[in-house]
Amino acid sequence: MSALASLTRKPWIWSFVAAGLVWLVTVLFTGGASALGLTLAALTFSSFAIIVGTGQMLVITLGPGNIDLSVPATMTLAGTLALKFMAVDNSLILPGLLVAIAIGLAVGSVNYGLIKLLRIPPIIATLCMSFIVQSTAIWSNRGLRIKPPPALAEFATSGPFGIANVALVALLITIIAWIFLERSIYGRWITSIGQSMAAARMAGVPVDGARFLTYVICAVLASIAGYLLASFSGGAALNMGAEYLLMSIAVVVIGGTSVAGGFSNVPGIWGASLFMFLVVSMLNTYGLGAGFRMIMTGIIIIAVILLASRRNTSLT
Amino acid sequence: MSLRIPVDTIRLAVPVLALSALLIAVFWLQPRAMSYLGLNLLFNLAVPIALATVAQMFILAVNDLDLSMGAFVSFAACVTATFLHSSPLLGALILAAAVAVYAAMGAIIHLRNLPSIVVTLGMSFVWTGIAVLLLPAPGGAAPAWVRSLMTAKPPLVPMAIVASVVIALVTHLILMRTSLGVLIRAVGGNQQSVARAGWSPLLAKAAAYALAGTFAVLAGIALVGLTTSADANIALRYTLLSIAGVILGGGEFVGGRVSPVGAVIGALTLALAGSFLSFLRISPDWQIGAQGAILVIVLALRLFLNKLERQERGG
Repeated sequence: MSALASLTRKPWIWSFVAAGLVWLVTVLFTGGASALGLTLAALTFSSFAIIVGTGQMLVITLGPGNIDLSVPATMTLAGTLALKFMAVDNSLILPGLLVAIAIGLAVGSVNYGLIKLLRIPPIIATLCMSFIVQSTAIWSNRGLRIKPPPALAEFATSGPFGIANVALVALLITIIAWIFLERSIYGRWITSIGQSMAAARMAGVPVDGARFLTYVICAVLASIAGYLLASFSGGAALNMGAEYLLMSIAVVVIGGTSVAGGFSNVPGIWGASLFMFLVVSMLNTYGLGAGFRMIMTGIIIIAVILLASRRNTSLT
Repeated sequence: MSLRIPVDTIRLAVPVLALSALLIAVFWLQPRAMSYLGLNLLFNLAVPIALATVAQMFILAVNDLDLSMGAFVSFAACVTATFLHSSPLLGALILAAAVAVYAAMGAIIHLRNLPSIVVTLGMSFVWTGIAVLLLPAPGGAAPAWVRSLMTAKPPLVPMAIVASVVIALVTHLILMRTSLGVLIRAVGGNQQSVARAGWSPLLAKAAAYALAGTFAVLAGIALVGLTTSADANIALRYTLLSIAGVILGGGEFVGGRVSPVGAVIGALTLALAGSFLSFLRISPDWQIGAQGAILVIVLALRLFLNKLERQERGG
């Protein structure tokens, strides 16, 4: 009983409970026929949101005002340039990944460079950067759909026992992120910065270094997600990152990470991403159109944040 | 005894300088733009952007951020192109209800101490969803009065300039000269002291959101007046443009420090940046990127001026 009680106190449990409920309702509606297929599809399609959301979570942990708006542009640019570089050649898959990661490193470095040198809020710095990155992507893409190398496309869309490889990559990334956050000095650093930057500085935390690293990690994760998404969906498109701006913030918040910073939550990203995908597929099975789907998504995000606020006030 | 320049003047100087520099550059590249028609073409699309920027400014004044601005302006544009065109009374009622929703949003954000970024993020899905239901495909028509208002040709000065001046004046009066405006900025400055002084921060926040909703609705109407039709994604980029415009115009994210005149100038600068680049024959691919770069330059300039200001105070 006490185990259950301690479990309900975990902030991430609610996103999994919600995801489970939506899963159950959807499966019941289809008469249980789609149980396995739905689960596998959810794991596959949520993995991109999980990778991007993990990076965004690290940034949001840094405290109020820290948010990376350049995520969608970075995804698009990394996907476009990497695919262009590989030019449908199987032998260039790994160098292509390195190209994507290099783009992430560059975008992340400039992001923090702008924040630090111009002393502007991260929202504006990453916003400016996203404009510039998006333009670079438009310029290099020219509306063409470049195909991924066949072996990479095969890797992205298949996997052991029907579990897509992209989901396994997402799992690997979140495990690494969890170790970094919970078991390394870096995790302590960004959590303390999020709780009080002044106190962290006085305690000798290398505030600038930790913040720099966080923005770089976020951009690199976004570019890896862009690389995988472009390979998964058969080519890079200019709008491929668009939905991940709102999605990356939504999964962080629904997953139980504090928007005010200082408290992060890795498992919650999984619950929230699965939940967001399952909601869309549930509304799809009810035959509702895109309009209703979006309205419901919005109402759910607001409902979750309202419930979370109630929980916080009752605790204090 | 040195000449003291008020801080607010310095804040306003940067956007004015940026706009003038861009304007001079445009005139130099294309002297024919220095005419009634030329100016109208340059600034025409700036009117809805200026309205959206002013709307965002009211939210920033109470230390919040509206990530649903683009979605909401698109929604308002869709209502304008459908209901406001076919049955004006119903259309007006829907838009009034939407403003009421904005006020309620402000109240809830205050009462439950919610992060505005997340609430408006959720609302952006809702507005886009309704807009998609209203207009699944681009279409609709502009009400005749909106069309004639937006294409009016007043003597001497083009409509776009007249409209921008009116927007700047009206919002300046609301925010800087009324007691409600002072209350709104005070909530941005220090909420506790507002409450202790016996004023209601709840009222101020709801009012700020309602004003934002009102100006965003006007932005949607103005946009349809220019484009004559609408679709659910017509104004999505306004979210980022409006935030950038306020900051460009000397606004701050916290502390209730915003400038209505600066915000309008910031919006005009961003709109003009596009024309400037096309005169430079830079490919349209780079238009958004250049807006980002201009923003960076202006912010760097402001940092430089702030430093000067501090040195003068110190010395």
